Amino acid sequence: MNRRKKTLLIFALSLLFLAAVTLSGMFFHDAARRTDFSIKNLRPCGRYLFGTDWLGRDMLARTLTGLSMSIRIGLCTAGISACIALVLGIMSAVLGKRVDAVISFLIDTIMGIPHILLLILVSFAFGKGFKGVVLGVALTHWPSLARVIRSEVMQLKESEYIQAAARLGQGKLKIAAKHMFPHLFPQFAVGLLLMFPHAVLHEASITFLGFGLTSEQPAIGVILSESMRYLITGKWWLAVLPGAMLVLTVILFDVAGNTLRRLLDPSSVQE
Amino acid sequence: MERIVKDNRPVRRIGKKFIRMLLLLVTVSIVTFTLVSMSPIDPLQANVGQAALGSMSQEQKARLEEYWGVNIPPVRRYLNWAGAFLSGDMGTSLLYRQPVSRVIGVKLVNSLFLMVIAWVISGVLGLALGMLAGIFRGTWIDRVIRGYSLLISSTPVFWLALLLLLVFAVWLKILPIGLSVPIGVEASGVTFFDRVRHAVLPAVTLSITGVAGITLHTREKMIDVMESDYMLFARARGESTFTMVKRHGLRNILLPAMTLQFASVSEIIGGSVLVEQVFSYPGLGQAAVTAGTGSDVPLLMGITLVTAGIVFLGNFIADVLYGVIDPRMRKGGEPS
Repeated sequence: MNRRKKTLLIFALSLLFLAAVTLSGMFFHDAARRTDFSIKNLRPCGRYLFGTDWLGRDMLARTLTGLSMSIRIGLCTAGISACIALVLGIMSAVLGKRVDAVISFLIDTIMGIPHILLLILVSFAFGKGFKGVVLGVALTHWPSLARVIRSEVMQLKESEYIQAAARLGQGKLKIAAKHMFPHLFPQFAVGLLLMFPHAVLHEASITFLGFGLTSEQPAIGVILSESMRYLITGKWWLAVLPGAMLVLTVILFDVAGNTLRRLLDPSSVQE
Repeated sequence: MERIVKDNRPVRRIGKKFIRMLLLLVTVSIVTFTLVSMSPIDPLQANVGQAALGSMSQEQKARLEEYWGVNIPPVRRYLNWAGAFLSGDMGTSLLYRQPVSRVIGVKLVNSLFLMVIAWVISGVLGLALGMLAGIFRGTWIDRVIRGYSLLISSTPVFWLALLLLLVFAVWLKILPIGLSVPIGVEASGVTFFDRVRHAVLPAVTLSITGVAGITLHTREKMIDVMESDYMLFARARGESTFTMVKRHGLRNILLPAMTLQFASVSEIIGGSVLVEQVFSYPGLGQAAVTAGTGSDVPLLMGITLVTAGIVFLGNFIADVLYGVIDPRMRKGGEPS
């Protein structure tokens, strides 16, 4: 098996695992809410791999449901954020100096506020809860990708085929959509995929702080923030196992993003 | 890059940067104000029912109402707020029932204690590990360092904090569970040692996460440096790896490392919000969370502006140091 096939395999496997977590979480949604006091506070065992909590809920089901929710929110928010980045990045590079100055200033402003604090502010602005966390994560992740796309378009603008298209009288919008976007797509795709881990992590963090999903939903942030109260009494499995699953999810997204980059980037594709 | 070549008057350059920083702060305040006033959670209505507001005097209430001016258009309200802010009045915190500036002052000192430790440790360790990994790229040293950094940067800060809490405070019982001082001890009885003991776990958590990011970035830069022509030439002259790094590597890695170090301020502040929450450490981050959950709008705005100010100041210092350190920028410009 050569390197390229191996990379492809890793990419496929990590996506498969993430899809499995997402689907099983949706499947276990009801099991995650079922309480049974006869089996409360069980340590991890054969029947309950992740143990049970103080209400006798199966922690494995809760973890999977929470992760599934986090992944779906991550997909949706990273998608929105990447589109904002694409549009603003292209606008900034194509529409002249004034627009560029305004957008650069906006990017600097947003990057000046520590990310978690900005998430708290946006979530607060939209009344917390599901809406708060989705908009918060979606509206705050675009600046760095927008910068990357802007500098890429800046270079593209000087390239001959774009100049030729402009001389032939094509409009700016048409050039952007027809000639620039296909060239930008690989970077956009990789940027999008590498945005997922951040989106998932930030969703969990903001929920952990109490600005995201409400405590009725078995979100991963809620699970971990509730586990804090039971940590002192030695119920380690409530915090350790769900957190480890979250780390695994984030790592796999990262792996998927990096392998995709290696597959798409012409300079490393033949390695 | 072109600015470095063209603009050789350091004072003017720094002045421009400073003005830009002030403008950015103004924009931050506008963005923050817009976000906060968009909130469906009305600060007055949400707090009228609260016991805290009930015990406020009529005069204070009237002042608050006037301050938030329910019927005044947002632009006027912003100008009122900004005017008061400039004259040093950041408003009154609804939850702490103290001037916001005083609350922030106390919390900031607590937080700075953590953040400065974490900032220095993560900066020094991150630079060292990143350089090591870059120099020995592809060897087991590189693999271990990179594995650690990737693992840590995928780990949520608050979960890492929970793990450390579990191991050192619950199982080994060698460090306290939380807070910045022991419970039930008067302020005068708190020794410096107590403060340090309570800050160890939060500071370690922040450092561990901070190191990861700086290491990964430094490694990338170091690889660029190692692959450059001057390094190849140095190798051809017969210099050992150590002298090569000492003579050429360190100098070339210094500038990007400095930028990274000052850019990491924002991440450390963000991380401290989560870490302080886990360890119930009474710092700025915990105050921000409390302000957000309790709809304490003046405090939330104050904290946002102060932290943004710190971040911009960090970037500004980095810019100034660039001019001092980089010989290309020093040359040609009159000494400032």
